[in-house]
Amino acid sequence: MRLSHKYSALLVLLAVVAVAPLFFPSSYYYRVASLVCVNGLAVIGIVILTGYAGQISLGHAGFAGIGAYACALAPVHLGLHPGAALVLGALVSAGLAFLVGRPILRLKGYYLGVASLGFGILVSMVLTNESAITGGPDGMQVADLGLRGWLAGIGLRLTTGQFWYFVNALAMLIGAWLALNLNERATGRALRALHGSETAAATVGIDVARAKLSAFVISAVYASVAGSLLALQNRLVTPDIAGYMHSIEMVTMAVLGGVGSVLGAIFGAAVLTLLPQVLTAFDQYEQIALGLIMMLVMIYLRQGIVPGLLALIRGRGT
Amino acid sequence: MSTETGRPLLVVEGLGIVFGGLRAVHDVGFALKPGEIVSIIGPNGAGKTTLFNMISGLYMPASGSVRLDGEVVTGMASHLLARRGLSRTFQNLQIFPAMSVLENVMSGFHLKEKGSLFADLLNWPTARSRTRAIEAAARALLARVGLERAAEREAGALSYGSLKRLEIARALALSPKVLLLDEPAAGCNATETEEIDRLIEEIAHEGTAILLVEHDMKMVMRISNHIVVLDHGEKIAEGDPATVSRDPRVIEAYLGVQQEGSHAGG
Repeated sequence: MRLSHKYSALLVLLAVVAVAPLFFPSSYYYRVASLVCVNGLAVIGIVILTGYAGQISLGHAGFAGIGAYACALAPVHLGLHPGAALVLGALVSAGLAFLVGRPILRLKGYYLGVASLGFGILVSMVLTNESAITGGPDGMQVADLGLRGWLAGIGLRLTTGQFWYFVNALAMLIGAWLALNLNERATGRALRALHGSETAAATVGIDVARAKLSAFVISAVYASVAGSLLALQNRLVTPDIAGYMHSIEMVTMAVLGGVGSVLGAIFGAAVLTLLPQVLTAFDQYEQIALGLIMMLVMIYLRQGIVPGLLALIRGRGT
Repeated sequence: MSTETGRPLLVVEGLGIVFGGLRAVHDVGFALKPGEIVSIIGPNGAGKTTLFNMISGLYMPASGSVRLDGEVVTGMASHLLARRGLSRTFQNLQIFPAMSVLENVMSGFHLKEKGSLFADLLNWPTARSRTRAIEAAARALLARVGLERAAEREAGALSYGSLKRLEIARALALSPKVLLLDEPAAGCNATETEEIDRLIEEIAHEGTAILLVEHDMKMVMRISNHIVVLDHGEKIAEGDPATVSRDPRVIEAYLGVQQEGSHAGG
């Protein structure tokens, strides 16, 4: 029996996540790999919003910031467990995405991009300026999740690097599974339909405004959870997490790897997380090399690295 | 007048719209009963597609009313009309090009497949079985329009004639009470036209009311129960095919284009 696209994608992902640690010579590699996973998680949200529904957001780091600061603030001010703070952050992000999404999703293309950029900047400005609460540009400490200690208590001893690698990898796998489920069902198909033609989508009974809003809210939750995990892992959070560079980074990762495909976008996240580490060899030419690679990919593999290469291979095959 | 029985499914009264001071459509009215095929004919620019767009919720009419199965639906959004049983195809094709042919038709079943967002995200068995049922129904519809062998192909790669049939299959997925077909045979060869012709009659026979815009006069005359003739946005004549084809104003305004080319455009 032929494996469905969904399960082959999940198997590939699972295999890579499981096998990769065999090649990690030091804890530094765990740290980088866990960053790949957390970025991968955020980028899956972009796949749902941009790849499926065709809507552009340049402000999703705002939601990552909300998720991150929820984990920093809620344990201090509300006495919440950091895990519960992650959930609270996701709920706040979802609520805010619902409120912000309604008006801005009426815009299309560049206009939507700019409006969402404005939202992201707003969040990062609040986090920077409300220093009495957020600690300002210096950021603030984040409480320990406590899960690693608990695992050690039941006999499963992991280093901090290992622990976060497995937590983030698990989160990314769950995120990928949810997004791939969505893709095969009415909700995901409706998003892809309105991406193709909003007029036709409405004609078959799809509430286009509502479908876009649900994609926006779901992708905000992805960004928020990724932000929370990053904050919990770093034990420190600064307003940079909500900055527009981070928003643009998310979109770039997705587009570079292939925004229409979950696997592709995660690959893009991996490439853009790892490349700066690899390119340090080029010293001051690092940024130039990075820019050059991105330009070449966009010129020769416009659908992104993974879908582009797959198309090339299939084209050769027939 | 039609001999079909039953109360009308679609009643259009005094419908009008103005574009930049121009009366694109003015005071047009007609009614459709279940199983009836009503055709709108008229020269290019007569307002046929504009009329369709007003009925299907894309344009807000400036005057007049549309009633669907007894309910006033004037200017109602397309997706709400779809829920009430109105479905349409487009003159200039509105398909989902990046999806497979099968998925295009499956999206026509959106309202029947749609459950809760969480059931979809978590891949609940209920959502899975709904999708399976919808897929089978979509394949059956593809077979009906003769596209079953193209099911897995990307829709954007299909020929124009095939896309016309794909659009009809997608519209049928809604099991519409009223179906608006905007030039279903445009760009099709003689064999394809004949197939579409037969398909339309079949659909009507099953009780769907069909509103048709078509330039193929042979087809219109053969399958219509009732014909409404538009010119410059106004209804200039209506009746059964025989009556309409004899009407001097119709010959002047429209059929004249073919018979007496020199009188056209007046």
